[in-house]
Amino acid sequence: MKNKLILVVMILSIVASGLIFAGGAQETAKEDENLRLVLLVKSLGNGFFEAVADGGQEAAKELGNVESIYQGPSASTAEGQIEIIETLIAQKVDGIAISANDRDALIPVTKKAMKAGIKIISFDSGISSGGRIIDLAPSDAELIGRQQIQLIAELTDYTGKVGVVSATSQATNQNEWISWMKEEIKKPEYSKMELVEVVYGDDASDKSYREAVGLMNKYPDLAGIISPTTIGILAAAKAIEDEGKKGQVQLTGLGLPSEMQQYIINGTCQQMALWNPVDLGYTSTYILKALVEGEVEGKPGDVIDCGRMGQVVVGEDGMSIMGTPFVFNAENIATYAAIF
Amino acid sequence: MIRLQSLRKITQRRDTSLIILIVLLLAVVTMRAPGFVSADNIQRIVNDTSILVMVSLGQFFVILAGGIDLSVGSVIGLSGMAAAMTNQYYPGIPAVVVLLIGVGVGLVLGLINGVVVAYGKVPAIITTLGTLSIYRGLTFVLSKGQWVTAHEMTDSYMRLPHGNLFGISNLIWWGVLVSVLMFYFSGYTRRGREIYAIGGNKVAAKFVGVSEQKIYMIIFTLSGMLGGLAGVLWTSRYAAAVNETASGFELQTVAACVIGGVSIAGGSGAVPGVILGALFLGIINNALPVINLSPFYQLFIQGAIVLGAMLINTVSERRREQELLKGRQR
Repeated sequence: MKNKLILVVMILSIVASGLIFAGGAQETAKEDENLRLVLLVKSLGNGFFEAVADGGQEAAKELGNVESIYQGPSASTAEGQIEIIETLIAQKVDGIAISANDRDALIPVTKKAMKAGIKIISFDSGISSGGRIIDLAPSDAELIGRQQIQLIAELTDYTGKVGVVSATSQATNQNEWISWMKEEIKKPEYSKMELVEVVYGDDASDKSYREAVGLMNKYPDLAGIISPTTIGILAAAKAIEDEGKKGQVQLTGLGLPSEMQQYIINGTCQQMALWNPVDLGYTSTYILKALVEGEVEGKPGDVIDCGRMGQVVVGEDGMSIMGTPFVFNAENIATYAAIF
Repeated sequence: MIRLQSLRKITQRRDTSLIILIVLLLAVVTMRAPGFVSADNIQRIVNDTSILVMVSLGQFFVILAGGIDLSVGSVIGLSGMAAAMTNQYYPGIPAVVVLLIGVGVGLVLGLINGVVVAYGKVPAIITTLGTLSIYRGLTFVLSKGQWVTAHEMTDSYMRLPHGNLFGISNLIWWGVLVSVLMFYFSGYTRRGREIYAIGGNKVAAKFVGVSEQKIYMIIFTLSGMLGGLAGVLWTSRYAAAVNETASGFELQTVAACVIGGVSIAGGSGAVPGVILGALFLGIINNALPVINLSPFYQLFIQGAIVLGAMLINTVSERRREQELLKGRQR
């Protein structure tokens, strides 16, 4: 009898202590645990996305309770991103901001993540609606596309043939910008200009170079090249110089200041545009934090406070816009080249 | 002796059929894009293909011995990045020394492949599949994800492939130099002939005293060195060392070998065939952008042409072999 009593007391105390310890452990974990917000990019090793990661870190520092994690596949494929998202679900992160390699292929896995309580937004290159709560565009596709035509028109005195060296033929953002370029060039002030062809360099330096050379051969009177992708514009600049067409063929596009510095200073590419990728990572992190903490649900009309970037308004279908692209030229390139 | 002569005849005929294919290809392209066969453009194509020629020749010896080197794209990427970063941080080092450093990095990477295959007894395809990822990963680690671009490179570095001698670009001269050396190595040195022996019949080769291990070390190191040279020339040519440099390039080198008549099972093939195979691919790569064709069809066309060329080559070779056999029966 006495033995039994001792046994019961022992069992009870073990269970109780277990409960106490478990409770204690849970509480301390909650206090320590920062929100883990992931920036999942198209591929690692791209200067643009490295700058996005810096923006995430900056926001994390300001917000205090956020840990910003930078992830991406080594080659820009949807499969690589799906694998990473699966791992992130298992790790129970709080939120993921994605620059998608394919706007539809990621939907099943992001839906799974959202079911597991992870907040998903897309930025830079969007995911179709249903696969994310908010899609943060760095700028409006329309503004970017129209601006590219304006930039090349200024360089070519509003006359001549213009070609586009794009990334891959199925890149969501590229195609949208190009369709707006085609829209803009219809305006009367560009009546002497013609967008002759879009070629695809697949974001590989050798293919982009070859395609740019191909454009110049095919159209000996080519006046300008627009390359709205970082590897493309770099390869096009080199191709123009190697072909001895500097000054004859003008170049603009979207490029990273640090990588294009040389060509902007020597005049091969006198001006180009880009939004600030630092701001993109920064703003994405702020939006994720607001969603995770339940400040907003991401419904149309919701206003999210994004620190130094001001307020971002959620539009129809979760579409949100950060700002207008910034133009880099010989005067300001040095300052920005030091940043990204 | 009779067999040797007939073999030589086949390879010679194979080269001729490839030359005919190349001429046909050029004719078709010229119909759609006049001016494609101008002297200027031919030089441009050869220039553009020089790197492929060098790396394919490295690949050739590996395939000849019955192996395959899938890591060459990553070797180009890593050695190119290493050379470009050396140039960036120590601009005082002469470009030629930087070139040697790049070749040295490639040599070490190739040596690693060789050791694993020769002494670890791991099949070449598995070893190089592993190092393909390892070397690419190391490129990211080394560069911390950053690129090296034109303003960070010295002029003398960028002139390595761009300068010219007698009106022909340095890059082409590099290609010619490597081609001549490899031609000599494959046909006129003992080691070169031993590679054929190992690939043709490993057991028989061992019995006559050919060291399998030594051959594997030589071919992978050679492939690595040529990859290293290509890496330096690649990054200096495009004035950009990005992390994805030459990713997927290994498949082009294998394709150049196979189009050039190298047996994927090892033991047969020759340097001139590989050079022609690489040129064939180079012409396709340069033609696709200029023949008004929807970019959506380009990959399809590229694959179809390559497969078609191989079919024509193998079918015609089989017919020749059958004729030879018939002749012998009579």
